[in-house]
This record gives sequence, C-alpha cells and structure tokens, in this order.
Amino acid sequence: MPSILVYAELSEGKVATTSLELMTKARDLGDVYAVALGAGAKTAATTLGKHGAKVVHVSEDSAFDDYVAEPATDALASLYEKEKPDLILFAFTPDSREVAGRLAARLGAGLISNAGDVVAKDGGFVAKVPYFGGAKVASMKANGKPAIVLIRPKSFEASAKGGTAEVKQLDVKVGDGSKRAHIAERVVEASEKVKLEEARVVISGGRGMGGPQNFPLLEELANALGGAVGASRAVVDAGWVPYSMQVGQTGKSVRPGVYIAVGISGAMQHTVGMKTSKIIIAINKDAEAPIMKMADLGVVGDALKIVPALTAAVKAKKNG
Amino acid sequence: MKIVVTVKQVPDPNSNLTLEADSTISREKEVVLDPGDECGIEEGLQLKEAHGGEVILVSMGPDRAKDAIRKGLSMGADRGVLISDASLAGADALLTARVLAAAIKQEEPDLVICATESYDGSTGMVPPMLAELLGFPQLTFAKKVEVDGSTVKVHRQTADGYQIVEASTPALITVTAAIAEPRYASLKGIMAARSKEIKQVAASELGVEKGQPAETIEGVVEAEARKAGEVIEDDGSAVEKIVQVLAAAKVL
Repeated sequence: MPSILVYAELSEGKVATTSLELMTKARDLGDVYAVALGAGAKTAATTLGKHGAKVVHVSEDSAFDDYVAEPATDALASLYEKEKPDLILFAFTPDSREVAGRLAARLGAGLISNAGDVVAKDGGFVAKVPYFGGAKVASMKANGKPAIVLIRPKSFEASAKGGTAEVKQLDVKVGDGSKRAHIAERVVEASEKVKLEEARVVISGGRGMGGPQNFPLLEELANALGGAVGASRAVVDAGWVPYSMQVGQTGKSVRPGVYIAVGISGAMQHTVGMKTSKIIIAINKDAEAPIMKMADLGVVGDALKIVPALTAAVKAKKNG
Repeated sequence: MKIVVTVKQVPDPNSNLTLEADSTISREKEVVLDPGDECGIEEGLQLKEAHGGEVILVSMGPDRAKDAIRKGLSMGADRGVLISDASLAGADALLTARVLAAAIKQEEPDLVICATESYDGSTGMVPPMLAELLGFPQLTFAKKVEVDGSTVKVHRQTADGYQIVEASTPALITVTAAIAEPRYASLKGIMAARSKEIKQVAASELGVEKGQPAETIEGVVEAEARKAGEVIEDDGSAVEKIVQVLAAAKVL
C-alpha cells in the first residue's frame, strides 16, 4: 500500500472543506496520514480521522498561524524525512500552494499543480490536469520522490468514512530562521452574507457588466435568490470588485445548483472554477462566446436589461 | 534599494492557443509582456522613486523574450537579465525557479517582486519555490507594499479581507493586479530603453543542472465537455425561460 500524506489546511481552527475533499481521494489510494498545524490541530485530528486518516501528526505551535509558509514547510520537510510518504497531497488554494512550493523546492522534488484527479498507476501516480484552455485533460505521471500533487477544490465530495485517527505530536522545532514573514494583523473587510463556495446559486459578472457601478444589479438578484455574487478574473484585475469574489483557477471553485454567468466570455481561467455546477445559465451579448457552448441555457441579450427584469420576476414568483 | 522584478513573455491573452505535435502549447503566437508583470514593474518603479536604487528585470525564455524585457525598460526599469538557453525549453516550475534563483543571487537584491501568477500558466508555483531557493521570506498576494528602512510590510489579500505581513529585507513579494496601475512607456522612455543593457546569460554559466522534470505527459484527451444546451435570443421571453430553469432546479 502506498502511503499518502495529506496537508490539512486549518481555517480558524477547523479543517478546511478542501482538505476533507482530499481525504476522500487519498483513502482510495493508500494508507492516509494527515498533518494539521496551528490552533485547533488536535480537534482537527478527530475530524480527519472520521474522514479516513489513520494517523494525524499535530502541532499547535502558534508559529504556524503567525508566520507565512516557512514554519509549515519545516514541519512537512521533517515529517517527510521520518515517514517517507509516496505522495503528498495539497489543495490548490493560495495558502497551501505557498507551502507546497517551498516544500517541493526544499526537497528538490518538483510538483504537479491544478490537478482535477490523481490515480495510482504502475506503482506511481498519474495526475489529471486541465490543459489547452481546459478543452483537454493531460495525464501527467509524477516523477518526483515524493510525488507532490495540488488538487483543485471541489474535485471530490467530502464524506465521512473512517474512524479514530491515532494522534501523534509532531516533533518539530520551528527555528527563528523560519519566523520571518510575520502576520502582524488580520483585517476582515466584508462579511459575506452567503459564502460563495457554499451558495446554492452563484451569479457572477464579467466585463459585459460594463463597470463596477452595475454590480449592485447582480447583488439584488443574488439577494432575491438567496445566492452569492462572484466575478471573473478580468473584472477583479480591473479593480471593479475585490479578489475575494474571483471564481476561477486561482480564485474560488464553486459547484452550486445553478450558476449564472453574466457578461462572462468563458475563458479557461474562469470555467475551470465553475464548470461542475449542476446548471449553468449564461447571459451574454455574444452568441459565439465560449460560455454559450457549455451553458444549459444561453441567453443572447443585454444583461443590464435582463438582470433587473429577472430580479423582479423572481421576487414576484416568491411573493405570489 | 536593489529591486529585482521577474518578468515573463506569454502568449497574448487575447489570442487563441494552438497545440504542437508533442502536445505542448505552441509559443510561436503573438507574445506580450505578462500583464501581471507590468504591475510588478510598476510597483518596483514606485519603490525606487520613493527610496532610490535600481530596478532590474530578470527573465527566462527564448531570445525574443528580450522584447518583453525591453518593454519593462521603456517603462523605466534600469537594466535586464535574460537567461536564454535551448536546453531550458519546456522547463517545469522547479527548474524555472532554480534558473531564476541562480541569476538573481548574483544581483544580491533587497527585494524580489513577482506577479502572484502568470497569465498563461496561472499556477503561481514559481514564486514560493524561488523564495525557498533564495532563502528569502515570502510576502504574498500583496495589494499594497510599504518599505521602511530594512522592513517591508504588505497588505496580503485574503478571502475575507487582508493581513498585514511584515519581514526584514531581503525578501520576496508577490503582487496582485490591484497593487498599481502600470504606467505607459513615454516616447522618451522608449528611446532610452534602446541603450539600456540586457545581459544574456546561458544556463550553463549559472551552474544549474537540468535534472528530471516533475512530470511526464503520458497522454492528452478531450475534456469531458458539458453538453451545450439551448441558446436563445432575448426577444422579451428570456426572463420567463430563466425563471422556469430556476424553478426546475429547485432554487426558486
């Protein structure tokens, strides 16, 4: 049996859903170990056990919460030396990819990122990675020892299947040399009413919205439907809306019941983060936009007229 | 302050991709300076204007990547370094980071600025690797950067706001597109860039061993395409149609 190490990302002391998704896959591939670092690690171990981890290595050293990437890299490198896992899995999220990158460089192993799946083959691992604008999928054999693979959020469903993990205190001393990029303060800006990743309906806007002044139209529709508002990279880069709203390869991955893409052409950067939505509705002026080819319903028309009318119709139906 | 900005020449985001016979993505298309790197250069120039020093652009790529560097020089950067070597074609993230690290070490910078991720790969793996290989702390996802003596402080974008992260130089920072609006090159800048130095370095001069790539492409298949559904022109009935779909999906 190959041994798989899963890097569990903690968010406010709880295991991130993306990490539990990795557990679903990992337990099919071999013996699963997990590592949880920072405040809440011990509680996290219980959750990770329920999702299939046999052993969870924990440390609640505050350095893991207070410094960017380096303490976690130290812990993983030292754990690798002891346990020699065949495969290390990370979620393809901003925080995890920073740790994965440093670790891969330190171990001289290289890595495969942005994978949608990983399978065992000939004693090694093959990752499935979106390719060529997402139109194709490449099978990439991992050559590194260990194989390090970063998997896109929402590639698997998190589900509990397991028992009680053995909790092992991680014997790692974070040296002062790794306490450098200090997180001095955390500022919360906007409290999302409905979390983008968890919303049943996501309405995302792109350049076709014409400007930031029109995004409130999307918010009104989202409020009427109890959904959340997302955006394409193009409008985030243009400064119309904050990065926290970006849906796509390096933004958030979503898998709602209904995804409404408004004024979004459908570049791979965006679609890779939403194409597993159950129903996709696209509203766009351009009938030839790539998004139209993947939408269950494509509406060719003026978003600025259709969206307010739709909001009114939704409200009428709810009240009627 | 000595500032290195990493830059990359990428296929024009507005052009279509084509595939080579060996399943790699063709790079023979229209190529441009990565738009994300323009933001990194802009931030580097602003820091230089405030604190003095030098802005050096470092790139790995084919010979024609000089054009991308030249564009950055015309914005106001001081000089460029291009590591160009046929043996580096198809380099993975780790090899790229090793090559850049070897070239950047020779410059002994106070600050290395990278875009959060490239426009073509969009994986963002090179910056943390580079930070590790340089032995620098990484201050990432910066939407604001402040330098005070040997302390660098960034506002690091997070899902629900930002963190204030600080470290001593030398350090590596990655910047988002929100950091600064890149300036246009002036005619004077374009003229001046012509005589600025672009040093070309061969990989062998850096002593970087190529090693085995992280992955081998075993095959490429068509992605499971979503079935295209119905496309309608909005003749006034579109709203009713959308409402029906929402109701069928039980979200209304």
